[in-house]
Amino acid sequence: MAGVAQAGNPLGRALRDVRHMAEDRYSIWSWIATVDHKRIGIMYGITAFTFFLIGGVEALLLRIQLAQPNSTFLDPDQFNRLFTMHGTTMIFLVVMPLSAAFFNLVIPLMIGARDVAFPRLNSFSFWAFLAGGIFLNASFFIRGNIFEGDIGAPGAGWFGYAPLTSTEFSPGHGIDFWILGLLILGVASMAGGFNFIVTILNMRAPGMTLLRMPLFVWMTLVTSFLIIFAMPVITVALFELLFDRLYNANFFNASVGGSPLLWQHMFWLFGHPEVYILILPAMGIVSEILPTFSKKPLFGYPFVVFSGVAIGFMSWGVWVHHMYTTGLGTVANSAFGLSTILIGVPTGVKIFNWLATMWGGSISIKTPLLMCAGFVTMFTIGGLSGVLHTMVPSDFQQQDTYFVVAHFHYVLFGGSIFALFAGVYYWFPKFTGKLLGEGLGQLHFWLMLIGFNLTFFPMHISGLLGMPRRIYTYQEGFGFDTLNMMSTVGGFIIAASMLVFITNFISSLRNGEKSGRDPWDARTLEWSLPSPVPNYNFKEVPVVEARDAFWYTKYRENEEGVVVRIEGAAADDEEDDGEGGHGIHLPSPSYFPLIAAAGLPIIATGLIYDPALVAVGVATTMIGVFGWAIEPPTERR
Amino acid sequence: MATSTGVDNRKLFMWLFLASECLFFGSLIAAYLLYRGQHGVPCMDGDLSTCVFPTDRTINGVEYEGIFDIPFTSVSAFVLLMSSVSMVLALAAIQRGNVRAMRIWLFTTAALGALFVGGQAFEFTEFYREGLTLETNLFGTTFYVLTGFHGAHVTIGVLVLFSLLIWSSRGKIQAKDSLNIELAGLYWHFVDIVWIVIFTLIYLIQP
Repeated sequence: MAGVAQAGNPLGRALRDVRHMAEDRYSIWSWIATVDHKRIGIMYGITAFTFFLIGGVEALLLRIQLAQPNSTFLDPDQFNRLFTMHGTTMIFLVVMPLSAAFFNLVIPLMIGARDVAFPRLNSFSFWAFLAGGIFLNASFFIRGNIFEGDIGAPGAGWFGYAPLTSTEFSPGHGIDFWILGLLILGVASMAGGFNFIVTILNMRAPGMTLLRMPLFVWMTLVTSFLIIFAMPVITVALFELLFDRLYNANFFNASVGGSPLLWQHMFWLFGHPEVYILILPAMGIVSEILPTFSKKPLFGYPFVVFSGVAIGFMSWGVWVHHMYTTGLGTVANSAFGLSTILIGVPTGVKIFNWLATMWGGSISIKTPLLMCAGFVTMFTIGGLSGVLHTMVPSDFQQQDTYFVVAHFHYVLFGGSIFALFAGVYYWFPKFTGKLLGEGLGQLHFWLMLIGFNLTFFPMHISGLLGMPRRIYTYQEGFGFDTLNMMSTVGGFIIAASMLVFITNFISSLRNGEKSGRDPWDARTLEWSLPSPVPNYNFKEVPVVEARDAFWYTKYRENEEGVVVRIEGAAADDEEDDGEGGHGIHLPSPSYFPLIAAAGLPIIATGLIYDPALVAVGVATTMIGVFGWAIEPPTERR
Repeated sequence: MATSTGVDNRKLFMWLFLASECLFFGSLIAAYLLYRGQHGVPCMDGDLSTCVFPTDRTINGVEYEGIFDIPFTSVSAFVLLMSSVSMVLALAAIQRGNVRAMRIWLFTTAALGALFVGGQAFEFTEFYREGLTLETNLFGTTFYVLTGFHGAHVTIGVLVLFSLLIWSSRGKIQAKDSLNIELAGLYWHFVDIVWIVIFTLIYLIQP
């Protein structure tokens, strides 16, 4: 009877039609409504890589401007807006969501789960991220024709220091787009953070105790905690700035006693944990790949785990090292200098553990390993220049010079990006069934390594020579000319390496070598599954008996204490076409997370331009949320 | 569903969310405390006669009457506190399977919450009439934003409670669904506790 009633109702019929469309695995609607963590991970990855290309083009424009002294390729205003968008994009739209892509793709597989704890919330995270990214980038178009140079984007730096962000010094709506874009992205990140903490704590397969979890799972857990505690701080700071700009509040208005320093404190109280939000997942990826390609368990597993946890705690006590020159006094500067030196200790512990993991291993030099080796070396260089910043007098000299730019690119590009690419080469076969081409992969690695060092190493020197960052040009004769030309050439080599990667990706996707389940003889549970992974992940939930759970099922010690492969273990011949697993309950596809997320940029646009739109946005989000609450979450596959 | 920790996914989520909210309100409260009592340059135009202060004070021999009505706000704080009691009773009722009692207590909670929000709207209007806006001084800025965000949280709580009421009127909430009520209750008590902190810091401990 219910069905008849529904058939007579046009809305109900339409709703049922789109649901049917979502159930066809090959329809675009099935991607839009998907709640499958693997598909969401793929969408995260592709979207973030697209933003990576946009942020990269912004960087190249900056580098063209800086290639020669007194260049007029960009004017100062365009330069400011481009470096602001470059920084904001790379941090919030590239490294964070690329990490989230890997959280989505592999965390449930690594812990032996069929999905994340809240599949629809996961889908909401992705759509809110996409909405925030598009909203932020829409700011390019708000001032006129960008191809004639009228760039509308925010221009106060990714750090948005008060009072530069006030309406007095940053008129127009660029900063408003920046604030609201980051608020939307914050919602997306926090939703993801809650989801992955609950998933990791609650969805582990039997036997998967905390100290048997793969390192990447641990680092995701720590990162997620950092996200849910750091994001609220920046959320409040952004709201305060928004109230200052839209409704003339006084939070950062010095003329009535407001303190611009409040912004810096709140921004960096968020900003320093954020640094570890960007690097800990990368460290987790490296800690998975190095053991696999060295044929050895991770050296000192508990030390690496607790170092990561220690970094998570300590990251809350170092923010003032971004603010030494603001005049907080010698006591504050010394205390934070000390805490910053201390946070180098667990970081150093990890580096030594990675080296010891490779030491004496039978290393197979494939692209994932090369990328990890690149990570360890480049990150160490970045870490060492970071140690220089802990020393207050030294930092006073380096503040706002290219030395700082060199430092954070060595940890964020040399660190995070190398590790994320390592992850792409490592896990690509798991989700496509094909290997990425090894030749092009190595070409990509070497080009990227050379281009990266050519770009950023000279910045150490130009910075020490006194070249200030965030300034659109420089004069001849200061010794900056050659160094900057090198950096620009290096930038284009990085761009070339990305073309190699894209070529490799597309050609491997079409006719790459088949990988089978376990191309790397790997150690963790995801490799026990067919490639690509069927949508229900595990036909039977695995029972975990040891760390490196999958390795343990493949190898054991014989009587002489030599590790030998168990005959017939994890054989690849058993092909799984993904048709098994009937009767497994899977979450149903849902459009409501998308609807809820779609309301957010409408609210944001309304706050800037028209209150009526706010009502439309709120209504949209409410429809999404209520629909989500009422809709049954699961149906039988 | 069995979970690794034994705690329900949604309950764990709620605890994490509330932990995260501590940082949210903590940041807002920090900004309020940083600027507390700073009325050295209290007004946009520096003209003291247009200034508004939270409580009575004398500056340069001129006495200013504060705008806080402590008895009024104390009553509305009491109303919010009592709503936590009715929330507990609603949960206790549904855990015993008494849907009718749960509905009565849910309604009481939502009504008390709405009364609190109404009181806040009245207070804001009064203050606005007396000349305190977001722009007036640092007190206006921090007071409205901090208490406003709290009020928004209570409002969302009231909406959730009314949604649960409507949901239960269709018979969708039985004893086995008591977790829904428990989650709403966790949120509601948290918002209550935050108000105790805010009320103490803003109204009771004067600079």
